[in-house]
This record gives sequence, structure tokens and C-alpha cells, in this order.
Amino acid sequence: MKLLTLNFLSCAVKTCKTSPLSFPLHPKDAELAKDDVEPNPDLLTNILPRLDWSALRTTAAELGFPDLPETAPSPEELVEGGKTVQDLHELLMETQIVEGKLVCGCCGHEYAVREGIANFLLPSHLV
Amino acid sequence: MLPTPDTSHVPYSRVYEPAEDSFLLLDTLSSPAESTFLTSRFATGPSPLIVELGPGSGVVLAFLTAHALPILGTRAPLALGIDVNRFACAATATTVIKAVAGAGATSASFLDVVQGDLVSPLRTRAATGGEPAEGMVDVLVFNPPYVPTEELPGPPGPASAGVVGGKTTYEEDSHLLELSYAGGRDGMETTERVLAALPGTLARRGVAYVLLCAGNRPEEVKARVRGEGWRAETVGTSGRTAGWERLQVVRIWREG
Ligand SMILES: [Zn+2]
Repeated sequence: MKLLTLNFLSCAVKTCKTSPLSFPLHPKDAELAKDDVEPNPDLLTNILPRLDWSALRTTAAELGFPDLPETAPSPEELVEGGKTVQDLHELLMETQIVEGKLVCGCCGHEYAVREGIANFLLPSHLV
Repeated sequence: MLPTPDTSHVPYSRVYEPAEDSFLLLDTLSSPAESTFLTSRFATGPSPLIVELGPGSGVVLAFLTAHALPILGTRAPLALGIDVNRFACAATATTVIKAVAGAGATSASFLDVVQGDLVSPLRTRAATGGEPAEGMVDVLVFNPPYVPTEELPGPPGPASAGVVGGKTTYEEDSHLLELSYAGGRDGMETTERVLAALPGTLARRGVAYVLLCAGNRPEEVKARVRGEGWRAETVGTSGRTAGWERLQVVRIWREG
């Protein structure tokens, strides 16, 4: 599971959806790996406007990455082949959570990540 | 004709094998009319999020991702699959990654596959004050379990919720396949849940492609969806006999 994916997901419990605490989910005991992914410049320049940058900063910090800048890089900083683009590509597209848990800050439910696949199926009492 | 993604690695004893419905989705999404519609909507602006619910083998999601440039007019999209079947999650990831590698300069990017119940893992913004509900998804694709059956199968058991390499029994495999086609009353029980969740799932510019069979009473479904303020049109059909289609793809999107 990519670090970027956490920007699009929240706790699956219905009553958590309205709570700001259910996003982003918090990685716990995460084992990371790095995949080789072909860079896609069209993606990197167009993804930033729709990302929740502060959530991404939180996720990166919780996984032990160096602090991201407070605001997202500007389009001018995203020069093809430049260091900013390369760093973003590595962080967003290549970094994988292989094993671990994702914890909801609202209800405390833990979603397991195994073999790189997060499991959002809920036990019957939470559906 | 854009090439169909390779699914030779998919374990068909427990994951739905691409069939007429899957191929109808490929034909519809790559038809000149839909490519024109999608390109006009998504070629510019922030990266579109493509989500397929229940991708199974991943053939449709891989097709859209690998051929993003001819279909959506941009390589900027991100593709995400959500499947209740863990084996389908693993299969879809492989299918999309292979197809992207094979397509080169026409492909968008693969985001992920997560195991989950329909749209439940997705972030959403609830309706607040004057603001209507809105979701994250720009292109939603759903080839549902549409076959009318007496009962809807229950959620998958612990074995299929476990590891991909884990062993499953014949009964567990049959149950996983049943989940991929059995639709309960009118074959619509699962589809109805997705239609009800559309306001909080689709972005403002979002569009959904939902496959229906004749037994789902598509004309009634479209009328109901329109009654809730959406536009809904049939944009692809197959198996036309004696004036009615066996399968059709309905496009659902917001007015204006
Ligand atoms: Zn929660």
C-alpha cells in the first residue's frame, strides 16, 4: 500500500465518516519497502492540487520521514527531472507499507495491512 | 482496438474470469463517444481518481489505466481498486502493474488495491450547511454481482480475509465466486447500495459507469436514479435480441 493511498481513505465505520479524526488513518508498526515505479511527470504535476497536503505531512512524519515543507511545492518548483519531483515520486509512488496496521483516530479500530494489501472489511458488530 | 490486458496469472477458481460483461465495459469505455466525453471532462485539471469496485481480475481497471491517454486524454489519473476478495485484490494489482509496464507512454499511474466492502474505505465529505455531500472519485466503474438470486451471500470468511498465499477450501473458493455474481433480489441488492452512496462518493465532476443486466430492470433503475437528481444514460449494450439488451452500461453523472 502506497503512502499516497492514505490521502484518499478514511475509517470504514459509518459513524466515523463525519469525524475529522477518522482521516488520515495512523500507521502503526509499519514495515516499509520501496518499489521501483516508472515516474509519471503528468501525474506529479497534477496530483498536488487535489492532495490534502497537511494529511500527507502527518502520514510522512508518523512513518519517520524527514519533515515535509508546510505547504505543497509550487508548480514552478516541479521541474521535470528536478530533485523536488524525484523526492515526491519516491515518497508518493514508490514507498510501500508492506505490513502493519492503520489506526482510526476516532474509534481506535485497527486495519491490518498484510502483503501490502490493507483490509478494510469490518467485523460484523461494526458494520 | 486497444489491447486487452493480460490476466493469465489470475486464479480463476476463486476470482471472476473476464466475461461478456467485462468486455462490454472495455468496448464502452474506449468507444469514440465515451472517450470524447471523458476527455472533455478530465484532460485538464487535477489528476482524476479512477476507482473500480469489485475489479476481480483487474482487466477493466488495467485497461483504463494503461490506455488513459486515448480514453481520458491525459496520463495524470490514478487508479484504485476495492475488492472484498483478497485474491482479487492481489490479482488486480498484478494485472494493472503489468498493463502499465506494457503500455508505456499512454498509461496513467496505478495507485493501489485495498480489500473492502464497496465504497466504505473511501474518504467522503458529508453534506454540511449549504454544501452538498461530495466524494473523491472522478471515474467510478462497477461491474456488480447482478444475477438475480434468492439470497445474497454473506461476507467472505477468515481464510479469504487472510494472506494471499493461504489455503482455502473448495467451499470458500465457491463462496468467493458467488460473491462476484450473486445479486440477491432483482440482482440489485449490492448495486442499490452503491447507487445510494453515489452522492458521497463521486466528485462534482465525477461520473459512474454501472453495468446492468435485463433482469435488473434497467429502465426502472435509470428512472429512479434520475429522480434523485442525476443524469443517467445507457452508453453501451451487448447481446441484443428481439429488441432488448441482455447487458448494458449506464453512465451516471451530475447535471451541469
Ligand atoms: Zn473509526
